[in-house]
Amino acid sequence: MNAAAVVQDLKAFLPELCLLGGAFLVLLVDLFVKNKKILPALALLALAAAAVPAIPFRGTQALFSGFFTLDAFTHFFRLLALGASAVWVILSAGYKPLQKQYEGEYYTLVLFMALALVLMAASTNLLMIFLSIEFVSILSYLLVGFEKKNSQSKEASVKYLLFGSVASALMLYGISLVFGATGSLELTAIPAKLDDPSFYGLTLTGSILLLAGLGFKISMAPFHLWAPDAYEGAPAPFTAFLTVAPKAIGFAVLMRVLTGAFHWFSFEWSPILMVLSILTMTIGNITAVAQTNVKRLLAYSSIGQAGYILMGLAAATPLGLTAVLYYLLAYAFTNLGVFAVAIVVGSGTGSYELESYRGLAKRAPVLSACMVVFLLSLAGIPPLAGFFAKLYVFSAVIENRYYLMAAAAAINSAVAAFYYLRIVRQMYLVPADETSRIWSCPVTRFTIFILLAGTIILGLVPAPFIDYFKALLPF
Amino acid sequence: MQNHLLSWIVFTPLIGALAVVLTPKPETGRIKWIALAAAALTGVFTLAAFLRFDKALSGFQLVEKTLWIPPLNVHYFLGTDGISLPMIVLTALVSILACIASFGIKEREKEYYALFLLLETGMLGTFLALDLLVFYVFWEVVLIPMYFLIGIWGGARKEYAALKFFLYTLAGSLFMLIGILALYFKSMPHTFDLTQINPAAFTLKFQKALFFTFFLGFAVKVPIWPFHTWLPDAHVEAPTPISVILAGVLLKMGTYGFLRFSYPLAPDAAAKFAPFMAVLALIGIIYGGFVALAQKDFKKMVAYSSVSHMGFVILGLAALNSAGFSGAMLQMFNHGIITSGLFLLVGVLYDRAHTRDMTAFGGLAAQLPLYSGILIFFSMASLGLPGLAGFISEFLVLIGGFEYNRLAAGLASIGIFLAAAYLLLMVRRVLFGPANLKWQGLAEINRRELVTLVPLMILIVLFGIFPQLILDYMTPTLDSLLTHMEGIFA
Repeated sequence: MNAAAVVQDLKAFLPELCLLGGAFLVLLVDLFVKNKKILPALALLALAAAAVPAIPFRGTQALFSGFFTLDAFTHFFRLLALGASAVWVILSAGYKPLQKQYEGEYYTLVLFMALALVLMAASTNLLMIFLSIEFVSILSYLLVGFEKKNSQSKEASVKYLLFGSVASALMLYGISLVFGATGSLELTAIPAKLDDPSFYGLTLTGSILLLAGLGFKISMAPFHLWAPDAYEGAPAPFTAFLTVAPKAIGFAVLMRVLTGAFHWFSFEWSPILMVLSILTMTIGNITAVAQTNVKRLLAYSSIGQAGYILMGLAAATPLGLTAVLYYLLAYAFTNLGVFAVAIVVGSGTGSYELESYRGLAKRAPVLSACMVVFLLSLAGIPPLAGFFAKLYVFSAVIENRYYLMAAAAAINSAVAAFYYLRIVRQMYLVPADETSRIWSCPVTRFTIFILLAGTIILGLVPAPFIDYFKALLPF
Repeated sequence: MQNHLLSWIVFTPLIGALAVVLTPKPETGRIKWIALAAAALTGVFTLAAFLRFDKALSGFQLVEKTLWIPPLNVHYFLGTDGISLPMIVLTALVSILACIASFGIKEREKEYYALFLLLETGMLGTFLALDLLVFYVFWEVVLIPMYFLIGIWGGARKEYAALKFFLYTLAGSLFMLIGILALYFKSMPHTFDLTQINPAAFTLKFQKALFFTFFLGFAVKVPIWPFHTWLPDAHVEAPTPISVILAGVLLKMGTYGFLRFSYPLAPDAAAKFAPFMAVLALIGIIYGGFVALAQKDFKKMVAYSSVSHMGFVILGLAALNSAGFSGAMLQMFNHGIITSGLFLLVGVLYDRAHTRDMTAFGGLAAQLPLYSGILIFFSMASLGLPGLAGFISEFLVLIGGFEYNRLAAGLASIGIFLAAAYLLLMVRRVLFGPANLKWQGLAEINRRELVTLVPLMILIVLFGIFPQLILDYMTPTLDSLLTHMEGIFA
């Protein structure tokens, strides 16, 4: 690879460079500026600067000798990661426990995280995939424990670190087996080298270990144990982000690996995923029912949602994969919306307990109405984004005639509706103890409205998105 | 050229709901009138559709069809025929009356009327949608306002009742969704369009599975025993106008679903499941009757009487013959107007006395002659007095049932007997017997309440004497449905 080619590839890497530069800039500015309010603005600016070269799509190209691939698929997830990061920054700016607490470092980490996710979305080499996942994981451990004086936060961080290290080790071991069997780490090269039957078992073992490692990232059962603690202990804006962006990119990588490199034996991993999907949604939903803390409830809910998304992947058909993409986008809008409202309420009432939502409809009518829409979308009620997402994954499994799985998911959805309604009940059916109004700052409100619009538009006009996602699948 | 009359019917209430949302909260007077105007305007559009409808034809009329989601081949597809037209007329009428009856509600009016109108859109859409996915969307849209309407404005155990209603219906309809999707992938080319699906290509096994999933969705709504347990709770806790909507319209969504989707799409399975349906219908008729007989709570009694009366609809459907189908359709309409009236009357008494315990009353006939007369009128209609609407439909169902199976008809007539027993017992307890001095201050029924009741009474008498007026609209469609089904049996 000569210098000219590197320069050529770096041009396509402009968004990543913007993020990297932004991260260092934030760190630098933090040293000299007293008014820390400028930092989130700077971070947003960096994200916007990254988005400008990221938005136009210039066709598929392999970068840095195939370590990365810039295709339509990457393009979508790049933008998703940047968008989610922007919401994260906006929510963080109004989040009190973070104020006067190493803000410079925080926003630096935010931009690094965005960078790590963008890299992860583009990786098409197993080694690069491993490295970028590690990058995301290490940043996550740090950010989960960011509220240093909060013992819950610290415990969650350590737990997350321990689980995460084991998952990484498994994944690395899996990658080494795959490399041993096929002699290649490039996703596109692996299928061609799978024709030797004597290495079949080795490749299969390797790919399943890889699946375990990636399953950890998307909080798939039985690798989800870190998630509730991490989600509850982390600063709330990061929880919002963590349940959406790393999960979405985790799914992106999983899709690339399973359907790109190991599509040939989808009959082996598809049943495994099916069982794990049912397990994930059942554990998530059943456990969520008993929660009294909204953050924790939403944590379990997001595990349940991951189970539904896995359904589409388990179907392993073009329809199923399109469903996964659609679900990820719908889920991004909806779940960020739920958390955005929860954060505003949390800073208004000073608590994330379910009890603090009593009579919220009176204290914050518009916010409550938004929350209802988000929750109903999560519950899969038409005509919202969550409904079409669910419809889509359902249709993917029914097309394959996995009726039992569809039935399991149907029962799960009813259970999930129960706990989503528990929040609605507190807001609308239970009278308020307090009558003081809860306000949100204009930027946050604007963000919530954008998320709300996304949730509604994705449900009412799904066709263009479906067409877009269909064209996205590179495999 | 397409006209958009049906869309106007469906979405006028929604526009009204948006207008209510945009009206400032303290202006409750204006909110009420906007709501009533929206409901009335919907009524006018419905009347226009009714007048344009050619009753001699059996196919779908006033059809509107636009591609909604091209990649999934989902159409925004509305149309009406002899099965849905009576239902939208019923919905529009009951909604107007319930809206007037809602004027007594004094808290959180803005939210109330917005949800009320959203509910009306959901119901009308359910009855008019001919694309299964659009149908499902409207079907689910009904749930949310209903949850709030029971949960916020209901009685003591409102939260429990609202949640139970929501979860029962949602669980049932999710299985229906699986059925809808299975149907979609079975049809070639894949479609949700009811008129494009050809059931002749389906194996019996598939039809049975399909019928079963739809059954779970519809049976909860009707409700068919043993899926009925949400109904007494919801009815008792709901505020009066919402009980009226529940009994008058919502329950019919279930039986309508059978006629519109289950029977035409899975005719062989419908024939196979007929004995099963008939048995459940009979259990519902008799069990509902006996439980109604045991009630002291006025509203609960009416609620259980609904279980019994809706059993007749199911029996008529199970009979799979012309008389049975006509009887079932007619019973859906008649039960809608009669039970709405009974719930309104329960509400009238409850608003004044704040109790629904029938044993606490007595001798009201002397004190409230007008109220008593109306209550007796509706009771007679409900127990099937010849000359009033309820009689014709139950009689037709019994004829159909007799053709199908004599024992079934015989057992069903126990239900009529029980209806006489519990209704007359109620009349005696509330209106006659020794006067309870406690209720001396009770005021007579007022003008607003009369406005909600008189139209129903007129219709009950009219359809009691001239059932043909409404049967003429239903028969061609029902006959063609039967021919369609028989064509597939052969």
